[in-house]
Amino acid sequence: MLEKLLLNHYEAAAVILSGIGLTNLLLQRNLIKKIIGLNIMDTAVYLFLAAKGYVEGRAAPILISDGAGGWLRSSELYVNPVPAGLVLTGIVVSVSVTAFALALTLKLYESYGTLNIDEALMKMTEEQHQLEARIDEAEEEVLS
Amino acid sequence: MIGMFAYNIPFASIFIMMITAIITPLIPNRKRLPEKLSCLSIAVVGLLSAYLLYELTASGRTISFNFSMGHFPAPWGNELRAGPLEAVLSLVFCTAMLLSLTGNFSSTAEDIAPARRNIFCVLVNLLTASLLALTYTNDLFTAYVFIEINTIAACAIVAVKEGPETARAALRYLVMSLVGSGLVMIAICLLYDLTGHLLMQNMHNAIAELVATKRYMIPLTVSLALITAGLAIKSALYPFASWLPDAHGSSTNASSAILSGLVLKGHIFTIIKVFYRVFGLNVIHALRMDTAIFILGILAMIMGSVHALRQNNVKRMIAWSSVAQVGYIFLGVGLNTVAGIAAACLHIIVHACVKPMLFTAAGGLSNAAGHRKGLHALMGTFYVNVWAGLGLIAGAFSMMGIPGFAGFASKLSLTLASFDHNSIVWALTALAASSVLNALYYVPAVIVVLTHNKDARKNFTAPAPTMSYKISMCIFLALNFYLGLFCVPLLRLITRGVNVL
Amino acid sequence: MNEELRKIWQSFFDWVMGNGPRPENEVIPPEPPPDLPFTQKPKDKYSRFHEATLKERYDQWLEIHGLHLFSVLYGSLSVLTCIVIVSLLLATVAELPPFGHERNPANNEVIRRYVEHGGHETGAQNIVAGLILDYRAFDTFGESAVLFTAAVSVLMLLGASRRNKFDDSKSPHADGAGMDFLQRGPPALRHHVFRNEDTILRGVANLSIPIILMMGCVVVINGHLSPGGGFSGGAILSTALILAANAYGFDKVHWFFNERTFIVSSSTALMIYALSKGYSFFTGANHIHSIIPKGTIGNILSGGLILPLNICVGLIVAGTLYGFYALFSEGDM
Repeated sequence: MLEKLLLNHYEAAAVILSGIGLTNLLLQRNLIKKIIGLNIMDTAVYLFLAAKGYVEGRAAPILISDGAGGWLRSSELYVNPVPAGLVLTGIVVSVSVTAFALALTLKLYESYGTLNIDEALMKMTEEQHQLEARIDEAEEEVLS
Repeated sequence: MIGMFAYNIPFASIFIMMITAIITPLIPNRKRLPEKLSCLSIAVVGLLSAYLLYELTASGRTISFNFSMGHFPAPWGNELRAGPLEAVLSLVFCTAMLLSLTGNFSSTAEDIAPARRNIFCVLVNLLTASLLALTYTNDLFTAYVFIEINTIAACAIVAVKEGPETARAALRYLVMSLVGSGLVMIAICLLYDLTGHLLMQNMHNAIAELVATKRYMIPLTVSLALITAGLAIKSALYPFASWLPDAHGSSTNASSAILSGLVLKGHIFTIIKVFYRVFGLNVIHALRMDTAIFILGILAMIMGSVHALRQNNVKRMIAWSSVAQVGYIFLGVGLNTVAGIAAACLHIIVHACVKPMLFTAAGGLSNAAGHRKGLHALMGTFYVNVWAGLGLIAGAFSMMGIPGFAGFASKLSLTLASFDHNSIVWALTALAASSVLNALYYVPAVIVVLTHNKDARKNFTAPAPTMSYKISMCIFLALNFYLGLFCVPLLRLITRGVNVL
Repeated sequence: MNEELRKIWQSFFDWVMGNGPRPENEVIPPEPPPDLPFTQKPKDKYSRFHEATLKERYDQWLEIHGLHLFSVLYGSLSVLTCIVIVSLLLATVAELPPFGHERNPANNEVIRRYVEHGGHETGAQNIVAGLILDYRAFDTFGESAVLFTAAVSVLMLLGASRRNKFDDSKSPHADGAGMDFLQRGPPALRHHVFRNEDTILRGVANLSIPIILMMGCVVVINGHLSPGGGFSGGAILSTALILAANAYGFDKVHWFFNERTFIVSSSTALMIYALSKGYSFFTGANHIHSIIPKGTIGNILSGGLILPLNICVGLIVAGTLYGFYALFSEGDM
């Protein structure tokens, strides 16, 4: 197995990287760090895809001129172009998602003054209790 | 063969919703024009889907066709695929979306600041477009792209209502969803590496060949597990459902209705497509994924209801009940037979019609009780807003599975589907237990709402329900009874659709 | 004996109920009269010797240690999950087709057509550009829509709300009843301390902005001939805008690029994209000949729709990325 892992070392590295990203995403309590973890995970997927597109000894998929006004079109010459397209899509998706997540984080920070998700939760439950107490009081007033 | 007009409908539906979404920021934000435009587009798409359904099934034969997106045929270009099942689902999605919007027209105005309403409409249109694309797509990577649109738009319509609570709920939802889409992405990469295709049909052929020759079994199993887990997180299967009540409970009523009724269903239908079209039921069974889904479905049915029992906030209660209902759908999928999947699809349709009604009704009732959402605060609100009260009662009866209401039909078909399955005992026990649990929290809610409270009329100075609210509720109720009483032709249609899926 | 047992039981019972040891000659306060309204019930009857009940103690303990316990449990669980996932994936990777081998399943007839016929079928020299903007254009359209969704959502979260704070407070039912006291003060503005006369920054900006803009345009326009395209070129263009905003202030950039321009340009570009691609999807699916010429490979005017699409995408990306920067740093565009 180790031999095979060494053969597929780019993929193995990508997988470990995505594990690191996932751990960060789940474990960090700071939201910015969580989002960084997410980005690590995405990057790992790009590395994986880039490794999958590579074919030994072939060139990037941009047609090479044959020097006489034509183009070299043999599929033996170029690497797989599909993963490149997938990576591009992945990058755009990741940028969008990161921006949106950061915007939400900013909103949360404006409300609670903390980036720590636990502290935000505690403050929120506190406020919830206050809110309930207020509502109860209001109800009592209405009743009396 | 099918007419030229109907042939273009799958593409046209997605395209109309996309164009509406793109044009909405440009139109003046006055007189609620954006919302009216969105409703109009959704209605048009719904009518188109109905016509497509008619064309596909009217001749007595069941037709399905592929639609290549562009000048290049299948394995090279993208492709859409339409059959009766897809047409039914897109019709239901459009109907439920339209009714969720019109039914909550006034509460949307209260909850969402005027400048944001425009963007809310953009997001709703994008959400509809992504649901339609998920329904029709025949390409796994297209599915991934639209899952991402769905994720961002869904989180954004949670956060569209101002307030720290919604921001937190949306963030939680987003983080969970992103873990899910990360897993889906990894799984798609693995599958691409193993098969060399992204199109479902070609992937299916390649996987069948791999399984027949017993090659790459570990990567196949892992990628199936990852894609299922990723989509299960997004569709709130029980152990991964902790984000759902926050997101669905805190957002505005229209968002809750759309999220609970529709967004979850898009992902579930993607799972069904992956199981049925990419892997094939035999491979799913050989890799034991059906058992896992079956067990998780049962767990969700029970635990969702148990959590719902502990809620005091009516919207959170209905949200947890969604978790239980998602469990029913996964139970059907886990049966791994055509009948099971058909029953699951019927339950998707039933839930897509009933849950928006429940949220709309709960919104109306809590509005009548002065924006309080605690169960005890709703006492006697039936007599303030009768339409909302009727909606809640019908929805509750439907979720409990009282004969004549929509939920009964799907529960019955799930029961029937489990008869030719060897774990019938488990399925039946779970169905019975879950129905009892459903009754345990829905009946008290109904009783509270119906209890006379002489202060109610005096203290609750809510405006009378608007015309759009009444009409939407009427259609919801009619749909509910239609599904409950005349579900046999629909089930037959779905079975035909599943057979050609 | 019996008496003793009863006493022990009584004290145990009291401890459980939180009543504490009773004094010898205790006077139990009378029960409240039953007709007292429900809401005015005195809260603790035995307040004199109130000790926490088991439940209260449990709650208290949970309040202090619960979060800690939860985070430890959650942390170990998530580490466990990640280890399991990583080892599963490593086992998978070991089984995957070997790295860089030309007979892998992915190098099949699909790729062969992309490479061998991509040139004259799409007219693009860059096979990846032809792939994403012609063969699999629907995915790429979806991808632009993802960016549009995110831009609109961020604008909603950070932009629109701030300006309409005042409208909110004016409108009679802007918020649910009972939530009023949760209203916070105005959110902290994130204005930069902006130095008016930063000569070095301005000098560098003066020099580099034209170059960056030119570079961006080249990357966008040559998207079908060389590496690059709308997304990368748009990102380069946006850096020019960001640099301009930093050197001259956001107010100056506002003159020619504000929220309205951003929305109009993005929507229009995406609309052109959607309509032109819609035309090509429609004609393709119905086997109608498309009127769009492919051009000669290697020329600037080649590749059919790829060049205009790249320009549209470039506009969207440039606007969106600058928009993200402006919204995050200023809270406005």
